[in-house]
Amino acid sequence: MSTLQYVLGIVAAALTLILVIELLRRRRLRERHAIWWIIAGLGALVISIFPQALGWVASRFGFDVPINLAFFASLVLLFLVALQHSAELTKAEEHSRALAEQVALLDIRIRELEAQQTRGSAASVRKVKNTEKGTRQRK
Amino acid sequence: MPIDLSTSLIVMPALNEEASVGKVIREALRELPGIRILVVNDGSTDETSRVARDAGAIVAELPYNLGVGGAMRCGFRFAVEHGYRNVIQVDADGQHDPAEVPQLVAELATADLVIGARFAGQGDYAVRGPRRWAMVVLAKILSRTARTKLTDTTSGFRASGPRAVALFAEHYPAEYLGDTVESLVIAARAKLVIRQVGVSMRERSAGTPSHNPVKAALYLARVAVAMTFAFLRPKISVTQREDNS
Repeated sequence: MSTLQYVLGIVAAALTLILVIELLRRRRLRERHAIWWIIAGLGALVISIFPQALGWVASRFGFDVPINLAFFASLVLLFLVALQHSAELTKAEEHSRALAEQVALLDIRIRELEAQQTRGSAASVRKVKNTEKGTRQRK
Repeated sequence: MPIDLSTSLIVMPALNEEASVGKVIREALRELPGIRILVVNDGSTDETSRVARDAGAIVAELPYNLGVGGAMRCGFRFAVEHGYRNVIQVDADGQHDPAEVPQLVAELATADLVIGARFAGQGDYAVRGPRRWAMVVLAKILSRTARTKLTDTTSGFRASGPRAVALFAEHYPAEYLGDTVESLVIAARAKLVIRQVGVSMRERSAGTPSHNPVKAALYLARVAVAMTFAFLRPKISVTQREDNS
């Protein structure tokens, strides 16, 4: 591995981490969603700084080609993240369903209140007219 | 047979039914004096809401389409909030005869959930092939779960008593087939008493079941998936829910 490759690896991993942390800092990403990306970024950084670490762990797990461990780990991580997103989406859909139902029910209540109010003001107008009529009649 | 309908609410899920909903509401109000009708407009783009209001129904307007399950849960929640004891689901397309509502409500005296099932023959449509097998298998499995003989499990003409209304206001599934198949499983597993009553269905104003074999097979698969997960989900009991509230 050339020095250029070595440096490129470290820079790429560091940039990934910085991006995730920056998003977190600006509250564009919530901690619970960011945790997997931070783990991935840290892992990538460690391996880019100490490439022999990957080889050591891979041989421990019986991988003949170390890079296969990196591919395997990345796949598992991406799979878990995708699954988590599906679960979160389901939850968000259920929330929006409950809100939609609530909005429909509130709309009914507003209409009823408005109808009552119009009836109420119509009644008071009638009352005023009746009193006017009464005063006129008395005159 | 005088049956008090003042504590019963008809819930009608409606999606772009401006052509039929007004007629159905007027007929129901004529046949069932004193009953209240809630039309749940499931994100229609036509004049369904206005037509339904003009015909004398209360209208709940969902901001976007939730499917029959979502529309029905909204109806059950309305019933709970306003103290209705029974909810009768009636289709807005006119295939259910409102004159048969009292028959369903009468059954609620001894049952929690009453399914209005199509008689063979009258107004019935011929179903063949995989779709029919699916319906037969479905009926067999659900009959066993519900501890009663059910032949028309996908019927949308059904009446729910107080216990079923309380259960469904919280747990009415929105998934495909959830409003028919899964809701039955939920009710049966919550130990509600389910019964079937024969009713005559009229000609649907629109839409006939497809005989395309690919679609039928797909339907079969979706039924299988819906059933499997309905049974895999944790049981919900009515009493437990009442304790919590």
